[in-house]
Amino acid sequence: MSQTLALPRTLELPGGGRLPRVGSVDAVALEARAAELAKRSIKRESKVFALELAIRMMDLTTLEGADTPGKVRAMCTKAMYPDPGEPSVPHVAAVCVYPSLVPVARRALKGSSVKIASVATAFPSGQAPLAVKLADVRAAVEAGADEIDMVLDRGAFLSGRMGQVYEEVVAVKEECGNAHLKVILETGELGSYDAVRRASLVAIAGGADFIKTSTGKVSPAATLPVTLCMLEVIRDVHDETGLVIGTKPAGGIRKAKQAVQYLCVLHETLGVDWMTPDLFRFGASSLLNDVLLQLRKQRTGIYRSPDEFTLD
Amino acid sequence: MGAVEKQRSGLAATGAWDYAPSPESREIVSLEERYGLFIGGEEVSPRSRSWFTTVSPATEEPLAEVAQAGARDVARAVDAAREGFEAWSAWKPSERAKVLFRIARILQERARELAVAESLDGGKPIKESRDVDLPLAAAHFFYYAGWADKLEYAFPGRRPRPLGVAAQIVPWNFPLLMLAWKIAPALACGNTVVLKPAETTPLTALLFADVCRQAQVPPGVVNIVTGDGSTGAHLVRSEGIDKVAFTGSTEVGKAIQRELAGRDIALTLELGGKAANIVFDDCALDQAVEGIVNGIYFNQGHVCCAGSRLLVQESIHDQLVRKLKRRMATLRVGDPLDKNTDIGAINSKAQLERIVELVESGTEEGAEIYQPPCRLPEKGWWFAPTVFTNVAQSHRIAREEIFGPVLSVLTFRTPDEAVEKANNTMFGLSAGVWTEKGSRILWMADRLRAGVVWGNTFNRFDPASPFGGYKESGFGREGGRHGLEAYLRFE
Repeated sequence: MSQTLALPRTLELPGGGRLPRVGSVDAVALEARAAELAKRSIKRESKVFALELAIRMMDLTTLEGADTPGKVRAMCTKAMYPDPGEPSVPHVAAVCVYPSLVPVARRALKGSSVKIASVATAFPSGQAPLAVKLADVRAAVEAGADEIDMVLDRGAFLSGRMGQVYEEVVAVKEECGNAHLKVILETGELGSYDAVRRASLVAIAGGADFIKTSTGKVSPAATLPVTLCMLEVIRDVHDETGLVIGTKPAGGIRKAKQAVQYLCVLHETLGVDWMTPDLFRFGASSLLNDVLLQLRKQRTGIYRSPDEFTLD
Repeated sequence: MGAVEKQRSGLAATGAWDYAPSPESREIVSLEERYGLFIGGEEVSPRSRSWFTTVSPATEEPLAEVAQAGARDVARAVDAAREGFEAWSAWKPSERAKVLFRIARILQERARELAVAESLDGGKPIKESRDVDLPLAAAHFFYYAGWADKLEYAFPGRRPRPLGVAAQIVPWNFPLLMLAWKIAPALACGNTVVLKPAETTPLTALLFADVCRQAQVPPGVVNIVTGDGSTGAHLVRSEGIDKVAFTGSTEVGKAIQRELAGRDIALTLELGGKAANIVFDDCALDQAVEGIVNGIYFNQGHVCCAGSRLLVQESIHDQLVRKLKRRMATLRVGDPLDKNTDIGAINSKAQLERIVELVESGTEEGAEIYQPPCRLPEKGWWFAPTVFTNVAQSHRIAREEIFGPVLSVLTFRTPDEAVEKANNTMFGLSAGVWTEKGSRILWMADRLRAGVVWGNTFNRFDPASPFGGYKESGFGREGGRHGLEAYLRFE
């Protein structure tokens, strides 16, 4: 495997002959900035906007060994009609399931514009031979997945085999065909923001349409600072190359308030142009109901009982 | 890029995401119509019989009438402090500590009220008065409360004794915080004080008088006289003071030093600054941009240690300036009481005029100005965040303290040149260095003639850390163990 691929070709700067800059991240200042943005006070109509957007950006997820066709069908219904009593509530962006359940989701979502995302490449560890990972991707795509959430090979990344990481992303991208590729960095295992920055660059260079924080199986999963760190990479890549890449924080986002904080970070880092489900997603299993609860509070002025919202 | 343009239409349906107003309630502060002077533990009417109005710089709305202390009022305050000193200096140090601890706790309990009052009277954003001014003010009292009965250990074998009556004059940029910086160490060391708050921001000092009553500070230990520059002049000229501590402009600082020449009065001055914020090409760029913004736009740039001269390594100049301008466009200028406001009102009309004058000189001398598009309120005093590029070391905007949200960008090529340019100023209060190399931060810190050198951060304060200047930025240190020394004599 190539060891020389410090920064892949697509990130070389146009003209000028300057050395490409990987850049570094100062952890203290990054966390301070994220904490500052988390204090934004979002009220009334701006809150309603954020909550509805959060629903439109949601990848409603179930990734359990105990998942069954029944469970996935129920979740698909919830994805299309999050609040059956309130038709103005939009549907979520996508459901996210294991490859074996993609056909079930396909049937359940027939006729709706909710997308199907499937994890692949030996999720969540990524510890399988490349051929197995590619077969995993192929199966998911053939079963009808619109989006593939692959896991970055942290073993290769942490041992410094950047070339291998890059080439694997390239191979998976090819296998995806028309399906969108999200690359899960599993930031909780990378150890530093500098590593998150490098992993983001390698994933983007390899062809990721989205970079995603976490599998949800490792703690810490998504955090505000790590998401900010990834958004800053995306901003730099856009500045240098014009490429437009999306972000998906996943895992640990359970409350509407957190979702609004993420949207503030997105808003003040990349701007309103990037505030669309095409470029930002929340990977979450239990966030939706809290958003619905808060949304109804905004509409009616009253906190309703959680039992008014369906479990799935 | 077409893709972004296309996606923009997705949001265009809903428009840009404007944050709805989120003002902190004013209800928590109940202001009197009129405030007298705080002398000998009680509020008294000024013998000068003269009053002035303090206004909100954000709306020009009158907030309260405040006494204009004349010569006789100042003399009365100094007498009260003299009287108070006899008892206070003889108090058991651990009992003095209790008083300071009580003040600290009351500041925490009344933090919201004081933060709102600070933002109302001074124009600074509530998020700063709430998250910076108040917590730090309380922290200073906690910190010096801890030293009160340990002075013998701070200066082993030197027999520390209080000086007597300290005349303290504080500025309008951090009214309550500067009050805390002055009063906490003075009291911990057994001195009594006469404090004069700035003319435009007297309210939190007057509310602090009430905190003193609540904390059972003995009469005469803390005296507060309000007024303009003439009150300060009376105070400095008073018989019966043993120490002057001043924070403010270099011009007034020099006048005070002249006034005290030949008198046996201790003096510490914390004056102006024109700090260099030095950014090397290997730094964490996005975090450096945050540091630059915090360095100059914090508190509308009304900060003596503000990083007002940005020295950028030439190889990253264009990239950094592009990032900085984009970041400036996200700054929210407006109502200081709105929790989402990043930049509040300019403190006074006079200060706004000074900023405008210097900014005009910058354009005339050939520097390139940039201000992000932002709507400034119609009433009150406002100035948009501003950055000048193509600035030469000889421009006025690179040499004089602007004390406003105005940044001057200069470039350098090598570390040696960065040091030379950074030190090429009459001031020397603070500096910042941004680099991934720890060794380079230390190398720079050894060579920079500035009282504080921040590494990969800016405008960070802690009561345990001494603060003060070189050259025309003044002398003496506030904060830390060093801060005690300014209020002690040694037998």
